[in-house]
Amino acid sequence: MLLIHCPYCDETLPEPEFAYAGEAHIDRPADPQQLSDEEWRDFLFIRTNAKGPHYERWRHINGCARFFNAVRDTVSDKFLTTYKAGEARPDLAKLLEGQK
Amino acid sequence: MNTQPGIQAALANVTSAGPVLLAILPEATRFSLRINSGNLAAASKALGLSLPTTIGTRAASGTRSALCHGPDEWEILASEDDRADIEAAFAAIYLKAPHSLTDISDREITIVIEGDKAVELLSVGCPINLDRLAVGNGKRTVFDSAQVVIYRDARDSFRMQVWRSFLAHVWGLLNIANCELAAGY
Ligand SMILES: [Zn+2]
Repeated sequence: MLLIHCPYCDETLPEPEFAYAGEAHIDRPADPQQLSDEEWRDFLFIRTNAKGPHYERWRHINGCARFFNAVRDTVSDKFLTTYKAGEARPDLAKLLEGQK
Repeated sequence: MNTQPGIQAALANVTSAGPVLLAILPEATRFSLRINSGNLAAASKALGLSLPTTIGTRAASGTRSALCHGPDEWEILASEDDRADIEAAFAAIYLKAPHSLTDISDREITIVIEGDKAVELLSVGCPINLDRLAVGNGKRTVFDSAQVVIYRDARDSFRMQVWRSFLAHVWGLLNIANCELAAGY
Protein backbone atom coordinates (compact mmCIF):
# COMPACT_ATOMS: atom_id res chain seq x y z
CA MET A 1 0.00 0.00 0.00
CA LEU A 2 1.24 3.49 -0.88
CA LEU A 3 2.21 5.47 2.21
CA ILE A 4 1.94 9.27 2.08
CA HIS A 5 3.36 11.81 4.51
CA CYS A 6 0.82 14.50 5.47
CA PRO A 7 2.71 17.74 6.23
CA TYR A 8 -0.10 18.94 8.53
CA CYS A 9 -0.54 15.74 10.57
CA ASP A 10 3.23 15.11 10.32
CA GLU A 11 2.49 11.42 9.96
CA THR A 12 2.99 8.89 7.20
CA LEU A 13 -0.37 7.27 6.52
CA PRO A 14 -1.98 4.82 4.09
CA GLU A 15 -3.29 5.99 0.73
CA PRO A 16 -7.02 5.28 1.43
CA GLU A 17 -6.97 8.35 3.70
CA PHE A 18 -5.94 10.56 0.76
CA ALA A 19 -7.40 11.82 -2.51
CA TYR A 20 -5.45 12.99 -5.55
CA ALA A 21 -6.30 16.53 -6.63
CA GLY A 22 -4.48 17.27 -9.90
CA GLU A 23 -1.40 19.26 -10.85
CA ALA A 24 -0.05 21.77 -8.31
CA HIS A 25 1.04 25.42 -8.66
CA ILE A 26 -1.59 26.38 -11.21
CA ASP A 27 -2.76 29.88 -10.34
CA ARG A 28 -6.19 31.01 -11.37
CA PRO A 29 -5.77 34.09 -13.62
CA ALA A 30 -6.50 37.28 -11.69
CA ASP A 31 -8.70 38.67 -14.43
CA PRO A 32 -10.16 35.91 -16.62
CA GLN A 33 -11.93 38.49 -18.82
CA GLN A 34 -8.58 39.60 -20.20
CA LEU A 35 -7.70 36.11 -21.44
CA SER A 36 -8.10 34.80 -24.95
CA ASP A 37 -10.09 31.60 -25.45
CA GLU A 38 -6.82 29.73 -25.97
CA GLU A 39 -5.30 31.04 -22.74
CA TRP A 40 -8.45 30.15 -20.80
CA ARG A 41 -8.47 26.67 -22.35
CA ASP A 42 -4.86 26.20 -21.32
CA PHE A 43 -5.63 27.25 -17.74
CA LEU A 44 -8.60 24.89 -17.49
CA PHE A 45 -7.42 21.82 -19.32
CA ILE A 46 -3.80 21.75 -20.44
CA ARG A 47 -1.51 20.01 -17.95
CA THR A 48 2.13 18.92 -17.86
CA ASN A 49 1.39 15.17 -17.99
CA ALA A 50 4.91 14.53 -16.73
CA LYS A 51 6.67 11.23 -17.07
CA GLY A 52 8.82 11.33 -13.96
CA PRO A 53 8.72 13.85 -11.06
CA HIS A 54 5.38 15.66 -10.99
CA TYR A 55 4.25 18.53 -8.77
CA GLU A 56 0.75 17.64 -7.69
CA ARG A 57 -1.94 18.32 -5.09
CA TRP A 58 -3.28 15.79 -2.65
CA ARG A 59 -5.95 16.07 0.00
CA HIS A 60 -5.92 14.27 3.34
CA ILE A 61 -9.65 13.86 2.98
CA ASN A 62 -10.09 11.11 5.58
CA GLY A 63 -7.83 12.80 8.12
CA CYS A 64 -7.13 16.48 8.67
CA ALA A 65 -8.96 17.29 5.39
CA ARG A 66 -6.15 19.66 4.25
CA PHE A 67 -4.93 20.08 0.70
CA PHE A 68 -1.15 19.89 0.36
CA ASN A 69 1.41 19.49 -2.41
CA ALA A 70 3.66 16.60 -3.32
CA VAL A 71 6.39 15.73 -5.78
CA ARG A 72 5.76 12.19 -7.00
CA ASP A 73 7.54 10.23 -9.69
CA THR A 74 4.78 9.14 -12.05
CA VAL A 75 6.88 6.21 -13.25
CA SER A 76 7.88 4.66 -9.92
CA ASP A 77 4.99 6.12 -7.82
CA LYS A 78 7.64 7.20 -5.30
CA PHE A 79 6.95 10.39 -3.35
CA LEU A 80 10.05 12.63 -3.35
CA THR A 81 8.50 15.04 -0.84
CA THR A 82 5.27 16.56 0.43
CA TYR A 83 4.83 20.15 1.63
CA LYS A 84 2.12 22.50 2.87
CA ALA A 85 -0.13 24.40 0.47
CA GLY A 86 1.23 27.90 -0.19
CA GLU A 87 4.88 26.92 0.25
CA ALA A 88 7.25 27.47 -2.67
CA ARG A 89 7.89 24.74 -5.20
CA PRO A 90 10.88 22.74 -3.92
CA ASP A 91 13.97 22.56 -6.11
CA LEU A 92 13.88 19.34 -8.12
CA ALA A 93 17.65 18.97 -8.45
CA LYS A 94 18.02 19.02 -4.65
CA LEU A 95 15.19 16.50 -4.22
CA LEU A 96 16.74 14.12 -6.72
CA GLU A 97 20.14 14.57 -5.07
CA GLY A 98 18.55 13.56 -1.76
CA GLN A 99 17.26 10.34 -3.31
CA LYS A 100 20.73 9.08 -4.23
CA MET B 1 -32.51 0.29 23.76
CA ASN B 2 -31.52 2.53 20.92
CA THR B 3 -34.43 4.18 19.19
CA GLN B 4 -32.57 6.24 16.60
CA PRO B 5 -34.18 5.77 13.16
CA GLY B 6 -32.45 3.30 10.90
CA ILE B 7 -30.42 1.72 13.65
CA GLN B 8 -32.85 -1.04 14.51
CA ALA B 9 -32.92 -2.07 10.87
CA ALA B 10 -29.13 -2.17 10.75
CA LEU B 11 -28.93 -4.25 13.89
CA ALA B 12 -31.79 -6.61 13.12
CA ASN B 13 -29.90 -8.84 10.71
CA VAL B 14 -26.69 -9.25 12.65
CA THR B 15 -25.95 -10.85 15.96
CA SER B 16 -22.51 -10.75 17.43
CA ALA B 17 -20.98 -13.94 18.72
CA GLY B 18 -17.29 -13.29 19.06
CA PRO B 19 -14.58 -12.36 21.52
CA VAL B 20 -14.98 -8.61 21.03
CA LEU B 21 -17.81 -6.67 22.65
CA LEU B 22 -19.72 -4.62 20.06
CA ALA B 23 -22.42 -2.20 21.13
CA ILE B 24 -24.08 0.96 19.91
CA LEU B 25 -24.12 3.96 22.23
CA PRO B 26 -27.04 6.37 22.63
CA GLU B 27 -26.77 9.68 20.77
CA ALA B 28 -24.02 11.95 22.08
CA THR B 29 -23.84 15.74 21.97
CA ARG B 30 -21.31 16.44 19.27
CA PHE B 31 -20.17 19.71 17.69
CA SER B 32 -17.85 20.53 14.83
CA LEU B 33 -15.85 23.68 15.60
CA ARG B 34 -13.99 25.57 12.87
CA ILE B 35 -12.00 28.55 14.04
CA ASN B 36 -8.82 30.40 13.11
CA SER B 37 -5.92 29.23 15.27
CA GLY B 38 -5.33 32.88 16.27
CA ASN B 39 -8.58 32.81 18.23
CA LEU B 40 -7.92 29.64 20.20
CA ALA B 41 -7.66 31.36 23.56
CA ALA B 42 -11.20 32.76 23.29
CA ALA B 43 -12.57 29.41 22.12
CA SER B 44 -10.80 27.51 24.90
CA LYS B 45 -12.28 29.88 27.45
CA ALA B 46 -15.77 29.48 25.99
CA LEU B 47 -15.51 25.70 26.07
CA GLY B 48 -13.86 25.52 29.47
CA LEU B 49 -10.84 23.52 28.37
CA SER B 50 -7.63 24.18 26.49
CA LEU B 51 -8.10 23.19 22.83
CA PRO B 52 -5.25 20.88 21.79
CA THR B 53 -3.29 21.97 18.71
CA THR B 54 -1.61 18.73 17.66
CA ILE B 55 -3.78 16.85 15.16
CA GLY B 56 -5.12 13.63 16.69
CA THR B 57 -4.76 14.72 20.31
CA ARG B 58 -7.62 15.22 22.68
CA ALA B 59 -8.23 17.27 25.81
CA ALA B 60 -11.00 16.62 28.30
CA SER B 61 -12.46 18.39 31.29
CA GLY B 62 -15.49 17.09 33.17
CA THR B 63 -18.15 16.05 30.68
CA ARG B 64 -16.54 17.90 27.76
CA SER B 65 -13.76 16.92 25.40
CA ALA B 66 -12.20 18.26 22.22
CA LEU B 67 -10.32 16.29 19.58
CA CYS B 68 -8.11 18.21 17.15
CA HIS B 69 -8.94 17.09 13.59
CA GLY B 70 -7.00 19.74 11.65
CA PRO B 71 -5.22 23.11 11.96
CA ASP B 72 -8.60 24.86 12.32
CA GLU B 73 -10.98 22.02 13.14
CA TRP B 74 -12.04 20.38 16.40
CA GLU B 75 -14.69 17.86 17.36
CA ILE B 76 -16.34 18.57 20.68
CA LEU B 77 -18.11 15.87 22.67
CA ALA B 78 -20.25 16.79 25.65
CA SER B 79 -23.20 15.67 27.73
CA GLU B 80 -26.73 16.51 26.68
CA ASP B 81 -26.92 19.02 29.55
CA ASP B 82 -23.93 20.95 28.17
CA ARG B 83 -25.42 21.61 24.75
CA ALA B 84 -27.22 24.89 25.44
CA ASP B 85 -24.35 26.24 27.59
CA ILE B 86 -21.76 25.55 24.89
CA GLU B 87 -23.89 27.15 22.19
CA ALA B 88 -24.46 30.25 24.36
CA ALA B 89 -20.79 30.57 25.32
CA PHE B 90 -19.66 30.44 21.69
CA ALA B 91 -22.41 32.80 20.54
CA ALA B 92 -21.08 35.31 23.10
CA ILE B 93 -17.57 35.34 21.55
CA TYR B 94 -18.73 35.26 17.94
CA LEU B 95 -18.08 38.91 17.09
CA LYS B 96 -14.58 38.93 18.58
CA ALA B 97 -13.64 35.43 17.46
CA PRO B 98 -15.60 34.47 14.33
CA HIS B 99 -16.12 30.72 13.99
CA SER B 100 -18.52 28.02 12.96
CA LEU B 101 -19.99 25.78 15.65
CA THR B 102 -22.21 23.13 14.10
CA ASP B 103 -24.29 20.59 15.98
CA ILE B 104 -23.45 17.25 14.32
CA SER B 105 -24.86 15.02 17.07
CA ASP B 106 -27.24 13.29 14.70
CA ARG B 107 -24.75 12.77 11.89
CA GLU B 108 -22.83 9.83 13.30
CA ILE B 109 -23.56 6.70 15.31
CA THR B 110 -21.05 5.58 17.93
CA ILE B 111 -19.99 1.93 18.16
CA VAL B 112 -18.10 0.59 21.17
CA ILE B 113 -15.42 -1.99 20.37
CA GLU B 114 -13.93 -3.61 23.44
CA GLY B 115 -11.80 -6.65 24.22
CA ASP B 116 -8.24 -7.86 23.90
CA LYS B 117 -8.81 -8.58 20.20
CA ALA B 118 -10.27 -5.10 19.51
CA VAL B 119 -7.24 -3.88 17.51
CA GLU B 120 -7.23 -7.07 15.48
CA LEU B 121 -10.94 -6.69 14.76
CA LEU B 122 -10.55 -3.06 13.66
CA SER B 123 -7.68 -4.01 11.37
CA VAL B 124 -10.23 -5.82 9.20
CA GLY B 125 -11.31 -2.47 7.75
CA CYS B 126 -8.94 0.19 9.06
CA PRO B 127 -5.60 0.67 7.22
CA ILE B 128 -3.76 2.62 9.94
CA ASN B 129 -1.57 1.09 12.63
CA LEU B 130 -3.85 1.41 15.65
CA ASP B 131 -1.06 0.32 18.01
CA ARG B 132 0.32 3.84 17.45
CA LEU B 133 -2.90 5.54 18.53
CA ALA B 134 -2.22 6.60 22.13
CA VAL B 135 -4.83 5.94 24.80
CA GLY B 136 -6.96 9.06 25.22
CA ASN B 137 -6.41 10.26 21.66
CA GLY B 138 -8.49 9.86 18.52
CA LYS B 139 -8.22 10.02 14.77
CA ARG B 140 -10.31 10.51 11.69
CA THR B 141 -9.62 7.70 9.22
CA VAL B 142 -11.45 5.11 7.10
CA PHE B 143 -13.05 1.76 7.84
CA ASP B 144 -13.56 -0.27 4.67
CA SER B 145 -13.99 2.96 2.65
CA ALA B 146 -16.40 4.62 5.10
CA GLN B 147 -15.04 7.71 6.88
CA VAL B 148 -14.93 7.16 10.66
CA VAL B 149 -13.50 8.74 13.79
CA ILE B 150 -11.84 6.33 16.21
CA TYR B 151 -11.28 7.18 19.87
CA ARG B 152 -9.06 5.01 22.02
CA ASP B 153 -10.36 5.06 25.60
CA ALA B 154 -8.11 2.28 26.93
CA ARG B 155 -5.65 -0.17 25.46
CA ASP B 156 -8.46 -2.53 24.45
CA SER B 157 -11.40 -0.13 24.34
CA PHE B 158 -12.35 1.95 21.31
CA ARG B 159 -15.27 4.06 20.18
CA MET B 160 -15.84 4.39 16.47
CA GLN B 161 -18.15 7.04 15.05
CA VAL B 162 -19.69 6.19 11.71
CA TRP B 163 -21.83 8.40 9.48
CA ARG B 164 -25.30 6.92 9.90
CA SER B 165 -25.80 5.92 6.26
CA PHE B 166 -22.70 3.68 6.51
CA LEU B 167 -23.75 2.05 9.78
CA ALA B 168 -25.33 -1.08 8.30
CA HIS B 169 -22.19 -1.76 6.24
CA VAL B 170 -19.72 -1.12 9.06
CA TRP B 171 -21.75 -2.88 11.73
CA GLY B 172 -22.26 -5.89 9.48
CA LEU B 173 -18.56 -6.17 8.68
CA LEU B 174 -17.53 -5.83 12.34
CA ASN B 175 -19.91 -8.61 13.33
CA ILE B 176 -18.83 -10.95 10.54
CA ALA B 177 -15.18 -10.39 11.51
CA ASN B 178 -16.05 -10.99 15.15
CA CYS B 179 -17.58 -14.35 14.22
CA GLU B 180 -14.44 -15.18 12.25
CA LEU B 181 -12.29 -14.37 15.28
CA ALA B 182 -14.49 -16.70 17.34
CA ALA B 183 -14.00 -19.42 14.75
CA GLY B 184 -10.26 -19.01 15.03
CA TYR B 185 -9.48 -17.42 11.66
ZN1 LIG C 1 -3.32 15.35 7.48
